[in-house]
Amino acid sequence: MTMGRSKLVFVGIAFAALAAWPFFTGSFGIDLVGKIMVFALFALSLELLVGSTGLVCFGQAAFFGIGAYATVLLSPASDAASLWWLLPACVGLAALYALAVGALSLRTKGVYFIMVTLAFAQMAYYVVHDTPLAGGTDGIYLNVKPSFLVELDKPLVLYGFIWFCLLATFVFLAVLLRSRFGRALAGIKTNEQRMRAAGFSTYPYKLAAFTLSGGLAGLAGCLFAIKDGYVNPELLSWHFSGAVLIMIILGGLGHLRGALIGAFAFALLQEFFKSESIFGAFAKHWQLGLGLSIIVSVALLPRGLVGLPGLWKQRLAGRDAARRSTAEVSS
Amino acid sequence: MDLPTFLIQCLNSLQYGLLLFLVASGLTLIFGIMGVINLAHGSFYMIGAYMAFALAAPVAGWFGGGFFSVLVVGLVLAVLLGYVLEWAFFAFLYEREHLQQVLMTYGLILVFEELRSLIVGDDVHGVQAPALLAGSFALGETMTYPVYRVFISFVCLLLAGGMYLVFTRTRLGMMIRAGSTNREMVQSLGIDIQFLYRVVFAAGVAIAVFAGMVAAPVSSVYPGMGNMVLIVCFVIVVIGGIGSIRGALLAALLIGVVDTFGKVLLPQAAGVLVYVMMALILLWKPDGLFKAG
Repeated sequence: MTMGRSKLVFVGIAFAALAAWPFFTGSFGIDLVGKIMVFALFALSLELLVGSTGLVCFGQAAFFGIGAYATVLLSPASDAASLWWLLPACVGLAALYALAVGALSLRTKGVYFIMVTLAFAQMAYYVVHDTPLAGGTDGIYLNVKPSFLVELDKPLVLYGFIWFCLLATFVFLAVLLRSRFGRALAGIKTNEQRMRAAGFSTYPYKLAAFTLSGGLAGLAGCLFAIKDGYVNPELLSWHFSGAVLIMIILGGLGHLRGALIGAFAFALLQEFFKSESIFGAFAKHWQLGLGLSIIVSVALLPRGLVGLPGLWKQRLAGRDAARRSTAEVSS
Repeated sequence: MDLPTFLIQCLNSLQYGLLLFLVASGLTLIFGIMGVINLAHGSFYMIGAYMAFALAAPVAGWFGGGFFSVLVVGLVLAVLLGYVLEWAFFAFLYEREHLQQVLMTYGLILVFEELRSLIVGDDVHGVQAPALLAGSFALGETMTYPVYRVFISFVCLLLAGGMYLVFTRTRLGMMIRAGSTNREMVQSLGIDIQFLYRVVFAAGVAIAVFAGMVAAPVSSVYPGMGNMVLIVCFVIVVIGGIGSIRGALLAALLIGVVDTFGKVLLPQAAGVLVYVMMALILLWKPDGLFKAG
């Protein structure tokens, strides 16, 4: 779990690059990367569960969606809400639902856990989708973006705010995973039985991780709603839960930076294959390219994209060894 | 609800449940025996339905036959597809983590959907039921029930019975059951486990494709139909208990009843009922109704 210097450098450069990005690009680039950073934050919340605790949650979009819907529903119709209370309220509501879902679903394990979390997410989905409570299938618009020291309706300011939230979450999780609590989660992931035998009551740890993860997903949802100004039930759908799960597996489980890499890789690949200037009319079939890329990555990278440098080093080392042995033979 | 309506809804639930069972049985087999979480299983159902539509014209040209020749040709293609897929995409995944398999099969879903879109297009299609089964039974004074739906239930029951016999009464079934318990042990007894897995996978694919083909005349053929079925089938597999065919049958019938009657009696909440039921069952029995082995 210790963070080597090269990893620290990688994360530092990545955040610096994200901070510098708006100076090199136009409004499209700012909008795109801002959106991807929200996804990255969402992926980080799931990584805490899947990668760090070994709990595969297939209903993460529900917490994201609750955060997003709360942002819109709690905002006054014609006035800017203050983020001082709006943000904690959204995070709190998402965490509260996560607490309830976690308390029940943590009774099950493995694939059964995956499906129970899906079931609770679907329940939230149908509440938003089929009741007049939240605008039904049409979704609802956020009329006035909330304010927070500065007005968040300027794209650049919002970009900076999202960047800050992502950085803060990353640092928070990195510190958390090195704490006693984080060690306990790692122990639960490796061997829960042993942790129990060692005297840990694992259930409260898992529940705390689940609630925290739900709250962070709610934060991502809140940022998404502020950014897009529009929410619809698809934010809670299982497709979205699946997509974020795919992001972190693609990036590499068990590493926080894997969630960042995965979110960016997934979203950029999607953007690449959708680009009509590169693929012309075939861009309509962007899923084919994305699917094939995913299959190739599974085949070649058993540890996800974060395993890439290690694999490369191994190859170089292998080639060196081979050269040395041929040199010995020829001499 | 009067008696004929009630009867019709019962028959509908039975037919829907049995159809789901066909797809779910392949999923639970592949999952229980090979330990692979196959998200692409719904795509096989979709492929089956599109085969029923797209193969009709060429098959009529080659063999001059109708719906039943399409079924046979489709089944042969499905077995081939399953066999090749296992060889190319799954054989190297057994040693990997489950989530790597999830990622791989997710990629396959995207590829299958786009290939379908490239080859057949994105339109919604209808498929004619065979003329032989086009009629309907009279139920009560005014109601009728299509013969084709009864035929679906009948065929599904036949397949379920066949599967049961293969599993409990044949040497192949014995090897499959043994392979699910201990892969290495079976291998060291001289059984070609790789071939066995390939057969199981091909059979699972073939059953799902078959389900899609027979369902095509009653459910129409549309993009994304695989994803709809996939989630319901996962629900069935976990309610029934992973790897349990008997559990899958019971769970599928239960889902059929809950979904069909839910749509009639509580249309506002029909979508969520299935999930509420799954949550309740799993909170009551965290390992599903019938845990295998």
